[in-house]
Amino acid sequence: MKKMLAILICLVMVLTVFTGCSQSAPEETGGQEAPVEAGDATEAKQRHAIIFKNTGNPFGEKMMEGFKTAIEELGHEAILRAPDQPTAEAQIQMIEELIAQQVDSIALAANDYDALQPVLTRAMNQGITVLTLDSTTNPDSRMVHINQADPERIGRVQIEAVYDMIGGEGEIAVLSATSQAANQNLWIEWMKTELEDPKYDNMELVRVAYGDDLRDKSVSETEALLQSFPNLKGIIAPTTVGIAAAGRVLTDQGLQGEVHLTGLGLPSEMAAYIENGVCEWMYLWNPIDLGYLGGYASYALVEGTITGAVGDTFDAGHLGAKEVIEASDGGTEVMLGDPFRFDADNINEWKDVY
Amino acid sequence: MLKRNIQNMMKAENISKFRELGLLVFIIILTVAVQIRNPRFLTVSNLTNMITNTAILSILAVGMMLVIITRGIDLSIGATLALSGMISALTVSANPDMHPILVILIGILVGTVCGLIVGVLVGKAGILPIIASLGMMNVFRGLTFMVSGGSWVSAHQMPDSFQSISTSKVMGINTLVFIAIVIYIIFYYFINHTRTGRQIYAVGSNPDSAKISGINIDKILIMVYGIMGSLAGLSGVLWVSKFASAQGDTAMGYELNVIAACVLGGVSIAGGSGKISGIILGSLLLGILHNALPLLLISPFWQQAIQGFIILGAVLINVLVKRNAERKNLVRRNI
Repeated sequence: MKKMLAILICLVMVLTVFTGCSQSAPEETGGQEAPVEAGDATEAKQRHAIIFKNTGNPFGEKMMEGFKTAIEELGHEAILRAPDQPTAEAQIQMIEELIAQQVDSIALAANDYDALQPVLTRAMNQGITVLTLDSTTNPDSRMVHINQADPERIGRVQIEAVYDMIGGEGEIAVLSATSQAANQNLWIEWMKTELEDPKYDNMELVRVAYGDDLRDKSVSETEALLQSFPNLKGIIAPTTVGIAAAGRVLTDQGLQGEVHLTGLGLPSEMAAYIENGVCEWMYLWNPIDLGYLGGYASYALVEGTITGAVGDTFDAGHLGAKEVIEASDGGTEVMLGDPFRFDADNINEWKDVY
Repeated sequence: MLKRNIQNMMKAENISKFRELGLLVFIIILTVAVQIRNPRFLTVSNLTNMITNTAILSILAVGMMLVIITRGIDLSIGATLALSGMISALTVSANPDMHPILVILIGILVGTVCGLIVGVLVGKAGILPIIASLGMMNVFRGLTFMVSGGSWVSAHQMPDSFQSISTSKVMGINTLVFIAIVIYIIFYYFINHTRTGRQIYAVGSNPDSAKISGINIDKILIMVYGIMGSLAGLSGVLWVSKFASAQGDTAMGYELNVIAACVLGGVSIAGGSGKISGIILGSLLLGILHNALPLLLISPFWQQAIQGFIILGAVLINVLVKRNAERKNLVRRNI
């Protein structure tokens, strides 16, 4: 009996090792055998890689799809990768594999601001173009960053939206993700700056609540806002989990038209609440365009059209010409544009996209 | 249910015999303190919100209590909940006309299968519960991502009939709360008045003598994990219906809340003891915390620390009162 058990455990362990290997094996979209060929015959065909934060994220899937479209439009080859876990370690391993394969460029949605610097520096020293998109690294580890939307515009546009919804006066509250989330905190700062405008004198931000991007906590926080501030007119939720949870609470309590909701949300998650009028409109950037812009930027960097310096301009396919500008962290970046507005008119075509 | 507890307590000849008294006193003090700070705490609408939000936690706490009584622990329930929620959400989005009760049954079935697997690993293969359930937690979580292909099921893909499971009312009570009450009544009877129910306690308090007295320990263990799984499966459907969203990472880490509710309610991690009245109070305390802390309108940086202190305080008071009660019981026995 004991022996059987021991054998069984050994078997399981061996299997674990195998599955472990097959998991970390790249989800390749071509280009695996390339190191042999690339040297001689197919020199002309560049290979551009993109690494997202982790697998199973609809946003990331769409971004990689946009990247692939751009690279294939240009007649080159795209390599799409994403680790199982959203960790820097997993990304480092993937970057090392890509360096070994001598790809032409690596576009990265970084899982850590500083931890990837050594491996990315090594990649750049070997002549590989490195850029970041969606979430960035420190300026020394990248040539340029593709920014989905200007934090200033994201913050300001949401205040403008809620101003229009509540008719310019009343109490508003913010339902954010965690209290340490860098993105959200930056946007909330810009919201507060926008509120200083005399135009908003009759509007008051009564509270910033944090739902930690958990469904249950976001629901409790929304209910607490409604309880504590009976005169609340509007909620801004600049996070996808938060806005959907708030939409659900407002729908359940039948507060359509009494408490207005806007923020940043996934169209698929928010479709139900945009259709029932709880949330008249909300914003998000377009992940497909973000990946697409990343693809064109990779190509321009590899071709040498741009170097990632301030003032460089390049052609970004159907997005038109884009310019490299200075980023707030001291590096350079390319801005995708204003956040995209989703409302009752366009939600139907977007709800199945992501 | 709470009312009945209080009545029971009053009936008892000696109030200090009621082991969860400390917890009850603590809850009352906490309620008064919150009420002073925000008078909207004890309003019908807020209490309804709170009890509805606590229903799922309290359902899971019943299963977890049984598992802990047998000296086990089940870390896989968050993942089981996610898997059953995802499968039922996918089913219902493909067949919008399906009756909600059928969807609930599918969820329970998925959960039961998951639970039985853990049960067999613990009961038959003799793997430590913490290891077996930790392993299966990852398996179930992975399966959730696999069946969904990484994508989410959102509100617009779920028919109203399904979403209304969590918003509708039965006899004037929210359906989630109603289901929780029914489960509590069933399990109150089961663990106190049936032979199998009492055998669960026997297995937990002394496995060796339980075995000698002819109790089939393996069977009891498999059954307990099966029950835990089926309750997690049921909770999965309710969760997805309540939040109108099924994600791969649904309820990640939620098992710890459930374990906390049990421990607060006086269920001994060493096995063998635990009462329905205790876990009602334990779940209620956690529910009050989750509901009241946002209402206190204090800095979010303080919220977590305060939550930790309150839980610690509750456990301390509970332990002291319990020790006192047990000492008194011993004295009585000597006489």
